[in-house]
Amino acid sequence: MTNAPLAAIWVYLAASPLLWLTATLICYLAALKVYRLGGESPLLNPVAIAVALLIGLLKLTGTPYPTYFDGAQFVHFLLGPATVALAIPLYRQRERLHSLALPILIALLVGVVTAAGSAVGIGILCGADAVTLISLAPKSTTTPVAMGISEKLGGLPSLTAVLVVSTGIVGAVFGPGLLRLLHCHDDAVKGFAMGLSAHGIGTARAFQMSPVMGAFSGLAMALSAFATAIILPPLLRLIGLAG
Amino acid sequence: MTASLFDSTGAAAPRGCTLLEALTLILICQLAGEVTVRAAGLPVPGPVLGMLLLLAWLWLRGGISERLGQTADSLLGNLSLLFVPAGVGVMVHWARVQEQWVAIAAALLFGTLITLAVTALTMMGVQRLLAWRRGTGHD
Repeated sequence: MTNAPLAAIWVYLAASPLLWLTATLICYLAALKVYRLGGESPLLNPVAIAVALLIGLLKLTGTPYPTYFDGAQFVHFLLGPATVALAIPLYRQRERLHSLALPILIALLVGVVTAAGSAVGIGILCGADAVTLISLAPKSTTTPVAMGISEKLGGLPSLTAVLVVSTGIVGAVFGPGLLRLLHCHDDAVKGFAMGLSAHGIGTARAFQMSPVMGAFSGLAMALSAFATAIILPPLLRLIGLAG
Repeated sequence: MTASLFDSTGAAAPRGCTLLEALTLILICQLAGEVTVRAAGLPVPGPVLGMLLLLAWLWLRGGISERLGQTADSLLGNLSLLFVPAGVGVMVHWARVQEQWVAIAAALLFGTLITLAVTALTMMGVQRLLAWRRGTGHD
């Protein structure tokens, strides 16, 4: 008896983007709270926690991913404007940018080839199939570029999106510690390495550490999006992975 | 003071820029980027080209209005949130991930750490090389 209005409410919620949009924001805010309560330990990465909470909720309610994405796409859409907005921190760093042009250019080329080469090489060693390898190759570049490359070369774009996010989390969690081990103390270098290997999630982490680091991370992310889009397809064809 | 700064560059001062105008400017750059990428068949995504367009615009204007700066900072301050919807997509590929989890986990972990280290060391190395060459050049 009392179930009937509840069911009607659920029918409304399941069909409207409102529920999962709100759930995404609530889970992210909860994840941020956990992250702060845990002393901002990088192991408590807010993206990873929010994703785990949402998957739990979706499984519990038997909701398929496309239904979830109907609501969450409004958040997903903001990736585009956020990418454009990276021009502002970059503009603020224009003087340092000018003096670092050559180191940046060389580190960009070496880094982009290393990112794809290490992912594919390790994947082959551990027995991944061709579709997984192609989906892995663009993992260090920003989501829209990575998905586009994966699709063009015969990978799974949606798997690539997940691998890109996971790569970002790995970079955000272990990056700052690794850079300390390497005795790297220049915020420009630290930021550039974070953005090149861990795109937007690395950039988000870099902005938490310092504005200079964030700006250079954003720069690396933008440059590597260009470089990866141009270098990766012929590179994968060269090693016989893509037709 | 800011007015004279803009006057000296000869550009109109974007002084009274509202939040709506700042957002519109960002979206116009993204739109122009998307259209250009499609029209010219470029291999880069529209928002990345949009970022370069906005950078060029800022350069021509000779400055960032306060509101545009605030809008960008609030978007970028919550950048992590924007990756959550794509991350939840892992549930669609659960079977493949489970089957090849060793290769995927190893490539993600070690591949990313190797990339990070190689990039940082290359940039530091080139900087040191340039400083050394500059040093010997002056001597």
